[in-house]
Amino acid sequence: MGPFPLTRLLDRSSAVFLILLAAFAMVIPTLNLLVPASSGLHVSTYLVALFGKYICYAMLALSIDLIWGYAGILSLGHGAFFALGGYAMGMYLMRQIGTRGVYANPILPDFMVFLNWPELPIYWYGFNHFAYAALMIVLAPGLLAFVFGWFAFRSRVTGVYLSIITQAMTFALMLGFFRNNFGFGGNNGLTDFKDILGFNVQAETTRNALLVASCLALAICFLICRAVVTSKFGKVLVAIRDAESRTRFLGYRVEAYKLFVFTLSACMAGVAGALYVPQVGIINPSEFAPGNSIEAVIWVAVGGRGTLTGAVLGAFVVNYAKTFFTTGWLAPYWLFVLGGLFIAVTLLLPRGIVGTYEWWRARRAEKQAAIPIAADAPHAAE
Amino acid sequence: MQLKTTSAILYLDGISVSFDGFKALNELSFVIEPGEMRAIIGPNGAGKTTMMDVITGKTRPDNGEVYFGQGAYDLSKLDETQIAELGIGRKFQKPTVFDMHTVEDNLLLALKNDRGVRATLLWENSSAQQDRINQILDITRLGNARSRVAGSLSHGQKQWLEIGMLLAQEPKLLLVDEPVAGMTDAETMQTAELLKEINRDKTVIVVEHDMAFVRELDVKVTCLHEGSVLAEGTIDQVSANDRVVEVYLGR
Repeated sequence: MGPFPLTRLLDRSSAVFLILLAAFAMVIPTLNLLVPASSGLHVSTYLVALFGKYICYAMLALSIDLIWGYAGILSLGHGAFFALGGYAMGMYLMRQIGTRGVYANPILPDFMVFLNWPELPIYWYGFNHFAYAALMIVLAPGLLAFVFGWFAFRSRVTGVYLSIITQAMTFALMLGFFRNNFGFGGNNGLTDFKDILGFNVQAETTRNALLVASCLALAICFLICRAVVTSKFGKVLVAIRDAESRTRFLGYRVEAYKLFVFTLSACMAGVAGALYVPQVGIINPSEFAPGNSIEAVIWVAVGGRGTLTGAVLGAFVVNYAKTFFTTGWLAPYWLFVLGGLFIAVTLLLPRGIVGTYEWWRARRAEKQAAIPIAADAPHAAE
Repeated sequence: MQLKTTSAILYLDGISVSFDGFKALNELSFVIEPGEMRAIIGPNGAGKTTMMDVITGKTRPDNGEVYFGQGAYDLSKLDETQIAELGIGRKFQKPTVFDMHTVEDNLLLALKNDRGVRATLLWENSSAQQDRINQILDITRLGNARSRVAGSLSHGQKQWLEIGMLLAQEPKLLLVDEPVAGMTDAETMQTAELLKEINRDKTVIVVEHDMAFVRELDVKVTCLHEGSVLAEGTIDQVSANDRVVEVYLGR
């Protein structure tokens, strides 16, 4: 439990993870931009965008792991915070289109002109400034999570009941965003983006920059999570997860702890969604679909709940499998594979990939340590 | 502020509690002096647990007075958290420790400290805290197990850890409910030693069925029966009492 920053934040696996992430963020753009397309080592721009998407998913998985793995809050509606962050970014990107839209209206996005809206709704104000949009990317999901958590945690809603109302929340938002008069483009959502911070979103360099930015954001989120879970606060979270009423009895205000970590997690999911949108080029209400949130929970379960690196790994592994299955003749079977994967992990690998690895290492270390202890067993028994 | 003139740390007078007509406590009265250790015995249904519930604010008495700290606080007017803050700690019958945490972390979480979100986020280990944890590990004989997860401890060790967590909260009065249930004889004797050590600077009330353990404690004994005090005195006096033999110890 060394002095604050480094030794506490970076254990061996965290350091390895950050080094790998940094290497990834440097190698992929290099292979895309500097290696000629004819070379076998060249990474296509399609793959750059795909990896960028994975990194955003990893960030979402990390945010779910923080609340599920450490505080036992199973949110089945975390996709809502991801989508809200995405919409905030989408609104900024829409306002950047300006006169280049189909209707060439300098203020109104195309869908508003199409719907004969006379002027910009008040909640679209300010989104032409990136700084304001960036604030909203964190604030909108954070505020929703705070209000939602305030009511849910104070009323001591836990377990499956909490999971159900988080599902209901994301479903309700989906229905809302599908409506044209909601002002977010209805079921088409926001798309046809032109540029971000003055750079063309389609350009190869921009795509690589977005990948690097996503990796950086993932690293920052990871370090924030590490700081939280390695603090005494993190120990209280685990205590809440394992014995909530006992923790309350020790004098901790459980609802305050849950509310803090739930809001923090929603803000991270919002950032992930915001980086996702310019890389995939669209945000629409289907991002709120309950299935998306459940899928994200599966990533965490596969990678290993309660191990931050596991969440990231799980997001990568499952999404890679998804890309693999849904691009060939196997496409119709993907949902069966996903369901089977979840069942298999629950039954055979309940700790997930990283969790099982850590458990195995701990057991091996214990066995090695047991040899000298066995020698002075009579004293130990005392 | 003095509500009641008494030298006792805990003062119960004429406490009655009934549940659906059943009198769990019937005019129960006794006093505990500061620094005392008291053993409470009695058959099942004698009202031992209800008595603890009244003291810790879980149950409100229908009648009677219950004062803490030389008559300074009327416990019948305070809730569980307020009573815990006054310095009355309770160990329940079934040990509940945080299984996934190490022994040391269990104690750290229990240490008397700011319980707020900001305080735990910005928390830093200090040598004072570490000394206190080491001290409790010594008292509870868990020094060798400090970095083991609590879930892997034996039943007896879990009981000690829970007593340690109670100590870490620095209460003035400890209520200990059946600390040796399910323990081996050796563990039982060690627990008696442990409670005696704790009693050096804290007042302790122990509820227990195990007569060998109560004899080992060698303190004043109160025998409850049908919600009131049947006999009080040394273990020899109480166990020689005809009524106690009849209702509790058996002939």
